Amino acid sequence: MSDYNFAYLDEQTKRMIRRAILKGLAIPGYQVPFASREMPMPYGWGTGGVQVSAATLTPDDTLKVIDQGADDTTNAVSIRKFFKKTAGVATTEETAQASVIQTRHRIPEEDLREDQILVYQVPIPEPLRFLEPSEIETRKMHSLEEYGLMHVKLYEDIAKHGAIATSYAYPVKVEGRYVMDPSPIPKFDNPKMEMAAIQLFGAGREQRIYALPPYCEVVSLDFEDYPFEASKADHACDMCGATNSYLDEVIMDDAGNRMFVCSDTDYCASRRKAGHMGAQAAAASAALKETAA
Amino acid sequence: MYVAVKGGERAIDNAHAWLAEERRGDLNVAELSVAQIREQLSLAVNRVMAEGSLYDPDLAALAIKQARGDMIEAIFLIRAYRTTLPRFGASEPVETADMACDRRISATFKDAPGGQVLGPTFDYTHRLLDFALAAEGETPEVARGDARTEATPHITEFLNQEGLIQTEVTSEETPGDLTREPLELPANRPLRLQALTRGDEGFVLSMAYSTQRGYARNHAFVGELRIGKVAVEMDIPELGFAFEIGEIELTECETVNQFQGSKTEPPQFTRGYGLVFGQSERKAISMALVDRALRWEELGEDNLGAPAQDEEFVLYHSDNIQATGFLEHIKLPHYVDFQSELELIRKLRREAMENTTPVQEAAE
Amino acid sequence: MTPLLKVENISKFYGRRIGCKDVNFDLYPGEVMGIVGESGSGKSTLLNCLAGNLDPDTGEVLFEMRDGTMRDTVTMSEPERRMLSRTDWAFVHQHARDGLRMNVSAGGNVGERLMAVGARHYGNIRDEAIDWLGRVEINETRVDDRPTQFSGGMQQRLQIARNLVTGPRLVFMDEPTGGLDVSVQARLLDLLRGLVREMGLSAIIVTHDLAVVRLLANRLMVMKDGHVVETGLTDQVLDDPQHAYTQLLVSSVLQV
Repeated sequence: MSDYNFAYLDEQTKRMIRRAILKGLAIPGYQVPFASREMPMPYGWGTGGVQVSAATLTPDDTLKVIDQGADDTTNAVSIRKFFKKTAGVATTEETAQASVIQTRHRIPEEDLREDQILVYQVPIPEPLRFLEPSEIETRKMHSLEEYGLMHVKLYEDIAKHGAIATSYAYPVKVEGRYVMDPSPIPKFDNPKMEMAAIQLFGAGREQRIYALPPYCEVVSLDFEDYPFEASKADHACDMCGATNSYLDEVIMDDAGNRMFVCSDTDYCASRRKAGHMGAQAAAASAALKETAA
Repeated sequence: MYVAVKGGERAIDNAHAWLAEERRGDLNVAELSVAQIREQLSLAVNRVMAEGSLYDPDLAALAIKQARGDMIEAIFLIRAYRTTLPRFGASEPVETADMACDRRISATFKDAPGGQVLGPTFDYTHRLLDFALAAEGETPEVARGDARTEATPHITEFLNQEGLIQTEVTSEETPGDLTREPLELPANRPLRLQALTRGDEGFVLSMAYSTQRGYARNHAFVGELRIGKVAVEMDIPELGFAFEIGEIELTECETVNQFQGSKTEPPQFTRGYGLVFGQSERKAISMALVDRALRWEELGEDNLGAPAQDEEFVLYHSDNIQATGFLEHIKLPHYVDFQSELELIRKLRREAMENTTPVQEAAE
Repeated sequence: MTPLLKVENISKFYGRRIGCKDVNFDLYPGEVMGIVGESGSGKSTLLNCLAGNLDPDTGEVLFEMRDGTMRDTVTMSEPERRMLSRTDWAFVHQHARDGLRMNVSAGGNVGERLMAVGARHYGNIRDEAIDWLGRVEINETRVDDRPTQFSGGMQQRLQIARNLVTGPRLVFMDEPTGGLDVSVQARLLDLLRGLVREMGLSAIIVTHDLAVVRLLANRLMVMKDGHVVETGLTDQVLDDPQHAYTQLLVSSVLQV
């Protein structure tokens, strides 16, 4: 791919995207329209995140790409390969080693630092979209700070289900002004959004970029008497024993037996390397000891 | 002992290898050449150029081959390629009045200067599968004639002379480029036309059809449909004049639609416009009908709530690359979010059942 | 006492057709002004110009803000005007569906304005919504039902509750009893009269029904072909009409 510019996009396009990013950082949570380019992967498969990463990467960066928290899911592999080919940057699976992390649907468990950038892939950037299908209307609502409809939805949830019925893409209020969709991360991840790293959000098909500067105030919407809960499955990781990480539920056999494993594969691997063991790992190791004895 | 599923990279490589094998098919059958596609499947090539927004029949043919005949895949390849091309500038607007028409028909007049020229059309064929084609015999010699040289002015010009049809507003302003700026609403007519010409043919066809069936009917007549080559000229500042850099084949359709009038203005016919790369009739006519439907507001018509009148609906859903990308993305893993939903629904069900059991106990 | 609303030289044209022309009046706190006329009189145009739904071609609509200053709402910025219509102003539509969210529960409809101005306690919002539903005679058991499950009269009462929950000082009403059965109309008018008095509301009510103004309005403006032909105290105008058109209107009302 020597005919292509560094990270595929031409310099003009990168400049345009960077301007949008800067505007997004200056107005946290505000959706900046940008002229999304057609990329070699389909819209809906991360073109927004890829364009943001392409505009952000420098030859000295180290890139990590995850999907559902894992480095080895097919789309993460595909995107990482794309940047290896078009940018030649170093890549890593270790969160601590990466300077730019592109993610789909998860925030890494490990705290991020001031010298890191987290790039989110966003399918639908508009938090009000399913309440109000018209883009003209929703842009007006944001500019006039008219978010009553959002709270009405939460009210209706409680009236119907006894609880707020949103478990992912849980809307947040940024710096007390804009209501934002954090992308389809589980609500468990919402508190992590107050972090030291820069967070950039790219929606290619919908042509929007938004951003959160470091240490931004990000508050999940709720009611005083129905406060937001960052909940997860009530288990520990069966591999590494972690009790505070988001878990994948894996079906083991026809009888429906299941186990729970950290969704963040790097986090789990580093814990296991450090000697932590979860219930299943401990059982397996005990079984081995028995047979050896 | 559970071992996390690994090997995503190998899976992808093997999938691509198998894909290449399927693309080639039975090795005992001759391989398709790009030239064959370009020559013998030219209407497919036209569609890929139109929706890919790139006029290059060879590239379009290659895309079709690489995409195994999946038109939207082929269009995607062309769009992605187009993104990487450097831009030198813009051409002058093409002069369709000077088109060397291979095909030119009008439904509004029996005859007009330039004549009714059928051209290479399927229109009057009988749709009977031709098994002689399967036998791949020789093509019969076709009678030859002289190339048409007569002037072929636009039919709408004649209506215009009498003042019967609304004049289109001309402007010296350079229209915005849909592929370089984010689409923001309300969109002006140039942007709408750009979206329609590269919009999915099926979608634009269905929208046009809906207007004919009464969802904001605008009584369209095909004033003119012309297909042929036009010159593309570019102004070179260093030279100080414009010169021809090539020619392209275009399909242009002008519809004559129901007339409008008011207390102060006598009635006039209104217009719809379609312009598409290559011979793409169905698309050009559909485009003209939808263009006209979207003009309801500037023409002082009522918003009947018809889908074809809804600018946001039409423009946001006409791009098949956006559409298929988002549609097909649901194949990607979504198990993290699904896990959250599982937890939520389990919790809600637990609470709902806790609320009902006390009543049962009291009954016992 | 200073007027709550000063309307000065409001005119609206549709091309060469007059919507309404040279309308002037003052409205004091606690006062209800009725605007009557037949279809085409310009009364709805006038109401919409006053409420900010239409831009008048001339004139000013001066409203006394909470800090005591008089502001022209015609030239106010859109954010300010939208805030006004969520707090100090209310608009009751003729068709309840235009003033309600039909796919949101009754409680949600009433609670929305509270949430729009910052209420964040679900229990309190719900309690206040239930309280208001009671005041408009909708049973508390209906709080989670959608307006689609309500009768026309109930929908209209719900619309009123939704509008009044933030304690507006000025209410615009467009044919509030239009399309309702006679007995339902009577009940609604009674309710409105009670609420207006209780809350000290000022209101501008547009209607073609003289019975409505007789019951609710202190003052009356009669409109014909876009012009105001007569104004005065309701009882005076209805009992002793001066203008020929007013006389025609009054005499046309069937006495049952």
